Amino acid sequence: MKKNLLIAVWFTLVTTVIFGVLYPLGITGLAQLFFRDRANGQLVEKSGQLVGSGIIGQAFSGPGYFHPRPSSAGTGYDPTASGGSNLSPTNKTLLERVKGDVQKLQSENASAAIPVDLVTTSGSGLDPDISPAAAEFQIARVARARGVQEDEVRGFVKKYTKDRDLGFLGEPRVNVLELNLELDRSHPLR
Amino acid sequence: MTANGWLQIVFYLLVIFLLTKPLGIYMTRVFSREKTFLDPVLRPVERIVYRLTGVDEKHEMRWTEYAIAMLLFSGVSMALLYLIERTQKWLPLNPQKFPNVEPGLAFGTAASFTTNTNWQAYSGESTMSYLTQMAGLAYHNFASAAVGIVLAIVVIRGIARKETDKLGNFWMDTTRCLLWVLLPICIVGSLVFVSQGVVQNLKPYTTVQLIEPQTVQVTGADGKATTQTVTQQVIAQGPVASQEAIKEFGTNGGGFFNANSAHPFENPTPLSNFFQIVLIFAIPSGLTYTLGRMTGSQRHGWAVWAAMAFLFFAGVTTLYWAEARGNPLLAGTDQRASALQSGGNMEGKEVRFGIANSALFATVTTDASCGAVNGMHDSFTPLGGMVPLINIMLGEVVFGGVGAGLYGIVVFVILAVFIAGLMVGRTPEYLGKKIESYDVKMAMLAILVLTFTILGFSAVAVVRPFGTSSISNPGPHGLSQVLYAYVSSAGNNGSAFAGLNANTMWYNTSTAAAQLLGRFFMIIPVLAIAGSLAKKKTLPESAGTFPVTGGLFASLLVSTIVIVGALTFFPALSLGPILEHLLMLAGKSF
Repeated sequence: MKKNLLIAVWFTLVTTVIFGVLYPLGITGLAQLFFRDRANGQLVEKSGQLVGSGIIGQAFSGPGYFHPRPSSAGTGYDPTASGGSNLSPTNKTLLERVKGDVQKLQSENASAAIPVDLVTTSGSGLDPDISPAAAEFQIARVARARGVQEDEVRGFVKKYTKDRDLGFLGEPRVNVLELNLELDRSHPLR
Repeated sequence: MTANGWLQIVFYLLVIFLLTKPLGIYMTRVFSREKTFLDPVLRPVERIVYRLTGVDEKHEMRWTEYAIAMLLFSGVSMALLYLIERTQKWLPLNPQKFPNVEPGLAFGTAASFTTNTNWQAYSGESTMSYLTQMAGLAYHNFASAAVGIVLAIVVIRGIARKETDKLGNFWMDTTRCLLWVLLPICIVGSLVFVSQGVVQNLKPYTTVQLIEPQTVQVTGADGKATTQTVTQQVIAQGPVASQEAIKEFGTNGGGFFNANSAHPFENPTPLSNFFQIVLIFAIPSGLTYTLGRMTGSQRHGWAVWAAMAFLFFAGVTTLYWAEARGNPLLAGTDQRASALQSGGNMEGKEVRFGIANSALFATVTTDASCGAVNGMHDSFTPLGGMVPLINIMLGEVVFGGVGAGLYGIVVFVILAVFIAGLMVGRTPEYLGKKIESYDVKMAMLAILVLTFTILGFSAVAVVRPFGTSSISNPGPHGLSQVLYAYVSSAGNNGSAFAGLNANTMWYNTSTAAAQLLGRFFMIIPVLAIAGSLAKKKTLPESAGTFPVTGGLFASLLVSTIVIVGALTFFPALSLGPILEHLLMLAGKSF
């Protein structure tokens, strides 16, 4: 018993040094050496200023931008407070919220039913993507606001649509930040 | 449901099937102290660890000493984690200057990570320093996983050895598990994750300027809503990838960030997602082969694997179906799957994963006692959310937690051969060992502790204000939230119906108690079984022996698991998710 207690103390300390300190520091070193950009969060610059991460969503609400999904992270897309709404499917709070968003979107584009991802919050609250259906739904509004042909905007959407990984894993998706940055580059808002 | 969705699920099971044999053989060699290709690198490290800690390589333990060593290690390492959490303010690697963790939360978290549960009543990105994450939490991901695996090995030795009371040396088994099994794959795995975009740095959080400043409504402490303009985004960073690998491979499941594997920095791509679920099932599946190999009955190992695969497939099918159908109460939305969207119930799910990968991940994480999530279980449809609940209620024996799944299924195997023995009127045998009253009693004890812990705590929590005040979703879903908390804790899973406010005195202490009961009152009876079996003679197989191989045995095993689970939990389920499902179809909301 006493012998095992002594071993337990030393064993905890020695393995903490190996697995709790040396291992993560070693991985940090290798990651910084081989995948510097990715290990640091794929930060995006615009005219010399950091404007976001390529894989973390951020809020857009003007008509000239593609909008991301609603977010439950803090006041919306707050990466220091990631998380979902955790509302159950029968919760009135959820149903009221979706109803409000559906009405707002229908006033923009009455021609189609609302793609479900555009009115539901993601699990992380930081979803960088929308579905191609949700992008298609917004093309008319964005084109109008920027005074551009719809087909040209559709071309940008296509360019920033990622297909399934290896052709079959996951779902096709459109990165909202990348798409909006491209719009700002090619057709700046007046 | 789509053809592409099914393709991913079937492909996943195929990959797990193909990994089973090589991993099973490798683990057999590691724990039998045979040569492996990593010996030239790892053997010197192993010797240093023994010299520094005073481990005697020649000493073999009886089951009682093994249990004591395991408990001492768990106790000491839990105390160290508590200490780190309580002093993180004064320790290095705390760029966000987080204060020390509150005592109740620190204790709950220490219990949770020591028991391989990783139930989290806090948000990592706003609570834990980098040092606490690395040396405290990620370290326990390694330690608790190793403890689970070596216990499974001891149970296998108990079946395989005869007429001895020696079952191996806890310190050596744990060291070899850490160095040979967990470390190499975690090094490779971490780097794969970084290559996909999982962050790995020690930098302070990054502040960026938003492209379009946003006006948001904020409700202040006085309840008044005010508008604010947000111009910046603070992006949380950290040593995530190194923790991510062991989080999945050790079926721990505790996220670096609050959003766990839904967070783009923890799980950025469908490929990283696929790799995560492969890591979760890899060891549990491999251990079924180790069971067959070490006991000399490979067909028994595969029969157990088949029973597990059947239950996995039943679960994922139900969950995928329920989520793909969507939520009938969301009027005006298009929830049909098409080439342009996955459709379905997307509340709490990520676009890159869609319905199929969210359903697959949720099934895998609760079949195993992992508890990582890539979508929020609380927002699943009632029947979709019931599948994770049932998976954990069955004892997480569908592949299961690393080690815990295997010793869990051995308990059910003992029960199954006992029932078969009663039916044919002969003394039950398991791989040549007579199963006697002591073994069956210990098996039942392990099962009953889980049941009493879950239903007991839930019963108290749903009738007392300190329990019900944490419920966030009204109606029958509230019961599901409380039930899930104790199912997840007692089962050492760690996933949650996360709307429940678990950071209260009652939930911090009661879930910690449930975790400790669910872990150690399972382990000790199981070790006792191992000790008892090892002492017995091995009998030659006779005409009256009920075979533990083949389809008949696999079906009996599945039936035993399902019947025990259903008899115990059906009443609770019918008042929670089943009732909510019927009310949802009737158009009711709460």
